[in-house]
Amino acid sequence: MSDKAKAKAEDEAVTIPAQSDGSTGGATLTEDAAPGETLLKVTGLQKHFPIKKGLLQRQVGAVRAVDGIDFEVRSGETLGVVGESGCGKSTMGRLITRLLEPTAGTVEFEGKDITHLGVGGMRPLRRDVQMIFQDPYSSLNPRHTIGTIVSAPFKLQGVEPEGGVKKEVQRLLSVVGLNPEHYNRYPHEFSGGQRQRIGIARALALNPKLVVADEPVSALDVSIQAQVVNLLDDLQQELGLTYVIIAHDLSVVRHVSDRIAVMYLGKIMELADRDLLYKSPMHPYTKALMSAVPIPDPARRGAKSERILLKGDVPSPISPPSGCRFHTRCWKATQICKTTEPPLKELRPGQQVACHHPENFEDQAPQDVVLLSDAKEAAELVAEDALAESARTSAAVAAEAVAAEAAAPEAEGAEAAKSTEAAKRTETAKKGTKDAKSTEGTESAEEEPPAKEK
Amino acid sequence: MTDTSKSGAAVGEPTGSSAAPSAFLEVRDLKVHFPTDDGLVKSVDGLSFQLERGKTLGIVGESGSGKSVTSLGIMGLHTAGQYGRRKAQISGEIWLDGTELLSADPDHVRKLRGREMAMIFQDPLSALHPYYTIGQQIVEAYRIHHDVDKKTAKRRAVEMLDRVGIPQPDKRVDSYPHEFSGGMRQRAMIAMSLVNNPELLIADEPTTALDVTVQAQILDLIRDLQKEFGSAVIIITHDLGVVAELADDLLVMYGGRCVERGPAEKVFYEPRHPYTWGLLGSMPRLDRDQQERLIPVKGSPPSLINLPSGCAFNPRCPYADVPKDDVTRTVRPELTEVGSKHWAACHMSQEQRERIWTEEIAPKL
Repeated sequence: MSDKAKAKAEDEAVTIPAQSDGSTGGATLTEDAAPGETLLKVTGLQKHFPIKKGLLQRQVGAVRAVDGIDFEVRSGETLGVVGESGCGKSTMGRLITRLLEPTAGTVEFEGKDITHLGVGGMRPLRRDVQMIFQDPYSSLNPRHTIGTIVSAPFKLQGVEPEGGVKKEVQRLLSVVGLNPEHYNRYPHEFSGGQRQRIGIARALALNPKLVVADEPVSALDVSIQAQVVNLLDDLQQELGLTYVIIAHDLSVVRHVSDRIAVMYLGKIMELADRDLLYKSPMHPYTKALMSAVPIPDPARRGAKSERILLKGDVPSPISPPSGCRFHTRCWKATQICKTTEPPLKELRPGQQVACHHPENFEDQAPQDVVLLSDAKEAAELVAEDALAESARTSAAVAAEAVAAEAAAPEAEGAEAAKSTEAAKRTETAKKGTKDAKSTEGTESAEEEPPAKEK
Repeated sequence: MTDTSKSGAAVGEPTGSSAAPSAFLEVRDLKVHFPTDDGLVKSVDGLSFQLERGKTLGIVGESGSGKSVTSLGIMGLHTAGQYGRRKAQISGEIWLDGTELLSADPDHVRKLRGREMAMIFQDPLSALHPYYTIGQQIVEAYRIHHDVDKKTAKRRAVEMLDRVGIPQPDKRVDSYPHEFSGGMRQRAMIAMSLVNNPELLIADEPTTALDVTVQAQILDLIRDLQKEFGSAVIIITHDLGVVAELADDLLVMYGGRCVERGPAEKVFYEPRHPYTWGLLGSMPRLDRDQQERLIPVKGSPPSLINLPSGCAFNPRCPYADVPKDDVTRTVRPELTEVGSKHWAACHMSQEQRERIWTEEIAPKL
């Protein structure tokens, strides 16, 4: 009861976002974080689902769905989260919306720790954090009309929008591109794309600050997918929304995101600005993931030279591999990958990577050169061209870094300490640049595969 | 198969000569209609194509465009009565290696199914029987067509599992489907469909349920196996990327009909149908620089009971008013040749389409 009263009191105190004009809505509210400020901060977040067995239901193990992740979402941006199925991306989405209770770690929303807030404590926040679900068929109650579904948030939060609930719902329906007269229809009367729009209208009802979308377009047809992607884009610009978009489709994620987190077995492998990630991915897993996306260009058919095939399947999250979780499938894995878990480090401004032997960058553990037997097997699946190219770029980047350090002697302490070590490697790195130069010709040829094919 | 109802054949032109074609697989004016309480659902309405051995045909289209119904029609899986007592009404001709399947004796078709033509289904978990081991299911598929003892058949099953890249095939042959991961199940499905060396392989959304990394493995596998066995492959998908990887020829379906057909290169680089433009425009692409906006197709796919009159795509087509006299809304366009082996069904003139593609669409992609 007291919670409810508190919530109500807050209702009265705060301007109800839904009441404001809508098109400018959230952005004009004074309490909003300015664009670029941290809206959501996640530290060491974990979620282990217990596995129980036997008569006494004793816990015999745990599925480590999310196993210690850190990231921030800045106000006004879109963070994309990609990964294979079972990597914990959906669990992560449910943790930050507090639909699941984290095992450990903290979630901060607008500087406030919301990790262990109860149902009542979360209620006022619910209007700021909304979710769009994957399946537009199961996320709408078939026995409720669209009007009831979209007005539910107002009812639950006890908000009475200006002009009445019905008018507001109809406005929302037109915002997402549906006919407001369909207010009294049932979900089955709509197509998949339209249902997803209903889900979006519901999420927008209370003018949230953060919208977590879990695979918002994967259940839709291609032509409809584009409509919904564009709609999300427009809404973000109009309403100043912040998105966390979880998806497995790398091309969709690239299209919608500003920054992208790549997850593997409950960990973030790489977190980087979109362009950096797609132009020069550092984590071998990111690279493999991207090379696996089929390119809709018949001229590239069978261009295996660019493809990195990963061997086998994702290991079980019940007992994830030691050290770096990707070492069992990585073609660059060495002893250190097996024993030491690489931290998520910012190797380049705007690009955090958890890898000992990153691509497109200098090696983080150059002393360790002996490949694991697993890695040798994995490397057989990687086209030689891809291997050669990766070695070349790494060397070139390393050389660049050395040159930059030499040019800027006031480099930071940590880097200065490294520079002596780096200097030793200048020799080899220089060799690398020479190699890179000599192969520049082939590189440009690779950029135009049709020419190469013919 | 014997149920070749004439009701569907009333529409459209006569099917021409019924002489055996030279192509390995030829489908002529295939129609699959389902009677329902709400009306006749024309899932496939006059589809024709050819396919040679060793070649791959990609069929793309949105859900409900009739892709899967076509494949089930070729396999002869429609008359089983899974739609209650009402049967599908199938007409047209399907010639497989000189045999017409729709009018053939069902027993004969049953012998061909699995041996001459095989299918990989979208969802391996529901396509595999949960009660039998993978090995038992492959052995069954093999022994139906080969008179061998169980031991030999099992050896063959292990061999096939090994061929599709399942580790420790001699052990995994005794596993149940639930013990396999999604990718492995799909491999097992492929092993089962290839155990009799079929000459025609139909893969219906073979990778839709899989992750990209696994998808890449499976596509590679299908490509390698096709090279090895020289089969003809039909790959059905909504993902243009998958089709570009595998297909030699492409068939774009919309509302149960083919709107564009031709060599993959032609359809990708010189598409001549607004729907194909729409598909290409709505797809975010990794191989291009960031597009500012996607160009979606407006509206949603049509109902197959009440297809829009004229060109089925006209309510969604941004160029529906280009041809004169409202012809797009009254006359159904036929496939016309727009290049060598390249057909499209559109009322706009060749020049108009060429101009729109090169000036308006292509620069935005």
